[in-house]
Amino acid sequence: MTFPILTLIMLSPFVGAGVILLIPKDRHEAIKVVAAAFSAVSLALSFFVFAGFNTAKGGFQFVESVPWIPELGISYKVGVDGFSAPQLLLTGIVMFAAVLVSWGKNDRPREFFAFLLILVGGVFGAFMSLDLFLFLIFYEMVLFPVYVLVASWGSGRKEYAAMKLTIYLFLGSLVAIIGVLAVYFYAGNSFDFEVIQKFMAAKQGGFEFQRLWFLPVFIGFGVLASIWPLHNWSPDGYASAPTAVSMLHGGVLKATGAYAALRFAIQLMPEGAKYWLPLVVFLCLANVIYAGAVAFRQRDLKYIIGFASVAHLGLVLLGLCALNVYGLNGAGYELFAGGVMTGLMFALVGIIYERAHVRDVDKLDGLARVMPIAAVAFVIGSLSAMGMPGLPGFVAEVQIFMGLWQASQQVYPYMANTVAWWYGAVAVAGVLTVVITAAWTLITGAKIFFSEPKTAEWQKLPGLNALEKVAIVFMCAVLVIAGVFPNSVMSVVSAGVQAILKTLGVAA
Amino acid sequence: MQNFILSAITFLPLVGMLLVLVTPGKHKGLIRWGSVAFSLLPFGLSIVLLVSAHFFPPQGIFLFEEKYAWFPQVNATYHMGVDGLSMPLVVLTTFLTPLALLISMSVEKDVKAYYALFMLLETAVIGAFVSLDLLLFFVFYELSLVPMYFLISLWGGANKRYASLKFILYTMFASLGMLLAIQVIGLASGSFDLPYLFSEAGRPFVGKNTVNMLVGNGMWQAIAFGAFSLAFALKIPIWPLHTWLPDAHTEAPTGGSMMLAGILLKLGGYGFLRMVLPLFPDAAREFAPVLAVLAMLSIVLGAFAAWGQTDFKKLVAYSSVNHMGFVALGIAVAASAMGAAAAMPAEGAHKAAGYVGEALIESARIAGNGAVLQMITHGLSSAAMFAVVGIVYERAHTRDLNKLGGLWTIMPKYGAIMIFCAMGSVGLPGLSGFVSEFLVTRGAWGSSFTLLTVISMLGLLVTGIYILKAIQKVLHGPVGHEWEHHPPKDINWIEILGVAPLMVAMLLLGLLPSIVLNPINFSIAALIR
Repeated sequence: MTFPILTLIMLSPFVGAGVILLIPKDRHEAIKVVAAAFSAVSLALSFFVFAGFNTAKGGFQFVESVPWIPELGISYKVGVDGFSAPQLLLTGIVMFAAVLVSWGKNDRPREFFAFLLILVGGVFGAFMSLDLFLFLIFYEMVLFPVYVLVASWGSGRKEYAAMKLTIYLFLGSLVAIIGVLAVYFYAGNSFDFEVIQKFMAAKQGGFEFQRLWFLPVFIGFGVLASIWPLHNWSPDGYASAPTAVSMLHGGVLKATGAYAALRFAIQLMPEGAKYWLPLVVFLCLANVIYAGAVAFRQRDLKYIIGFASVAHLGLVLLGLCALNVYGLNGAGYELFAGGVMTGLMFALVGIIYERAHVRDVDKLDGLARVMPIAAVAFVIGSLSAMGMPGLPGFVAEVQIFMGLWQASQQVYPYMANTVAWWYGAVAVAGVLTVVITAAWTLITGAKIFFSEPKTAEWQKLPGLNALEKVAIVFMCAVLVIAGVFPNSVMSVVSAGVQAILKTLGVAA
Repeated sequence: MQNFILSAITFLPLVGMLLVLVTPGKHKGLIRWGSVAFSLLPFGLSIVLLVSAHFFPPQGIFLFEEKYAWFPQVNATYHMGVDGLSMPLVVLTTFLTPLALLISMSVEKDVKAYYALFMLLETAVIGAFVSLDLLLFFVFYELSLVPMYFLISLWGGANKRYASLKFILYTMFASLGMLLAIQVIGLASGSFDLPYLFSEAGRPFVGKNTVNMLVGNGMWQAIAFGAFSLAFALKIPIWPLHTWLPDAHTEAPTGGSMMLAGILLKLGGYGFLRMVLPLFPDAAREFAPVLAVLAMLSIVLGAFAAWGQTDFKKLVAYSSVNHMGFVALGIAVAASAMGAAAAMPAEGAHKAAGYVGEALIESARIAGNGAVLQMITHGLSSAAMFAVVGIVYERAHTRDLNKLGGLWTIMPKYGAIMIFCAMGSVGLPGLSGFVSEFLVTRGAWGSSFTLLTVISMLGLLVTGIYILKAIQKVLHGPVGHEWEHHPPKDINWIEILGVAPLMVAMLLLGLLPSIVLNPINFSIAALIR
């Protein structure tokens, strides 16, 4: 019996939520300390998994498997490969930072932090599940706390946003679940990921099935990854959600959508992927271009970041669509680094909003004088978003766009002329969007932080408190380290991608 | 020492930046003088480079190479090294930075951030010059935009927002094309390592290093050549891609202008010689006439544009277009001879044809030497001129040439310095500008661009005119009545300390150009074969 480290990572937030509910509701400090402590445990353990991942061995590691409902072929089976290990670390990082940033929350903090921890426990569980049934439980479990958190602690049109978000995600997951069930019955009544995968890989005549069911599963999970044109819930939801929820949802939860699309659509139905992805790539391109263009016109800070997160997931999905080593490597890296970036940006916007109670870009000016660290962090985050070398966005973009170039000379067995030449055009169009992003980021950042201080009120705002500084500097440090030393994350990701490619029957 | 001297030179300024950042902001003097002192460290190390390269000349190889794993998933490495092309530019960078910091002593707004950004800028530029990996080069190349953007947008003049945005959008847009081309090269050759890409086995889009997508390999070579050229031509800048430059220069603080004109523009010329010519020799040879015509237009139109200015700083900014045109002309001549040796008939074959080829290569090498030396020269003279402009602007609070005048009587020391720097800029024999412009025009004369050379030399006449116009409008004539009651103070000793080394260097290179020409020549000879 090995040490059940993955189970501990997942259980720690749930236990934390339980402990918080036992604390009297007026003991605010105690509630927050408990929340921070349990997320610190998850963070430390997930870092241990990330650092202890054996890149030479590859495959699924830290696996725990216990039969659960053997009659239905359901078991409690968790494990991580190189693709999911960094995402656990990502969840730990964003969660920890989110708790620190939410320290000022004094509106029913007991319920707030309990729901937040349940949300994170679900995300951890989703990333490590190797059983489809288990995965779906965690995946659905996340939706409920998000609804409550947005509707109760949100701002602006919070009820509308919470309902919209929940309906979108619920319908998406419903479609995906039907697809997953179809796979379950097709593969002979097993929910075990590895069993199904072996079955699908061995089954030669399954093309008809895969062609039929790939799209529902991919798009169904893709809704959570805000695939265009089903991204609509995301900016509204984030604009209304409290800071910590925006951070977790934009940085981490969305990543589970893309992760699930890879795991359960692409990996389980590789032939379907080869058939559909050369067409789906246009939706993902629309993500990048459309979201970039819309963000450019936004005047509300939170909407700007919201659309940026749509574009960031678009990049991930583009990488998946390339279906080769560069693209998948880039997607795995971007999930991690882009997630930290999104978390950082939402944290900054939250910090500003909490002080100024304004998110309108036109009304904010000269904030760099009162919060210089936030200004520098905003610059780092937005430079990363626009792919500035030395920061993670660049590392991801280089790989994703190389993947797209490569894809344009890849052989697709189900294409009429077997070569999907348009991938190259997609790469060019995608990179051009970076310029749009650049313009928008620079204008926004320069406007709110570095313009001449016109409003005297803003110059009297309190600066960042110690905990906020820790959270912000921590996330910035992760970004810089991951960007300057890409191999720190990439060595793990590429170990996972190598194995994934082998199962897809694509040359590495 | 051999193994980390380049890393040390590159990252010492970054260490300096961190030191500046941890110094409390109220110790302005400590930050200023500490930065100047600290920036002498990389300068000292780069002098070691120069001296050792003088005794052990890099005969077509790279010195002080370092190579470590960095980004194995795409096969990019942390590979650094210098040769005769990059080394003088590294020395120029480490030489100009302390001087620009000295001139910036008068900056009062956010001193800490200003000096920190300067250090970051130095790291980025040196890194770009010493990188021997395409992706690593791109990292530093793009990184240099960030501090420059903030130096302009935060410490610039009235129109700073517009100028800084134009600067960064122009350059970023152009470098995106280069990034795409770099990616396709990586796919074709499976490596970003420059020495490997230069070798027969690694040259992209040739032999087995092909990509099979969208268009053929010949077309890919042309596209990649175009993408690289666009990025570097915009950086130099070559007419008609120069329009960001006058805006950026005019709005930038004096120190920023010195760095921008003195060093950042050189990334363009360096990029052509380091990457475009050896990676795409055939395309370079084919498009050399286009580059030559644009270079001629930069020289002539840049000179006329400078003549037409009434803003002193804009005049100096347009003089950059004019002078960098000679760099472009030298590069065009060098490009026209790329692969000429391979095209030359074998021994014993038609002798006359062989003779023409040899003469062409000879001319191309002269012009290539001239282009590199002109980059150094222009780095010195433009930095000096921007310092001179900054000094007078600080006192008069105007750069309008029609409002200045008669300052020599009030500021005699300043007048002498300005005339010396102006003569360096115009290329007076005995100063370095003469040597480099002579080399370029001599090389261009012997190439197929003789007519363009003639027109360009006529452009030099206009160079003389606008420089004299500046001298006359600032120093001579009646004293503007604004100055009668509040005469501006003469140049102070800190400013002299900032400009004097530039004057010494101009004189030294004018009299003893071989200090840098020897290593340059070895590398140029290895390049043009």
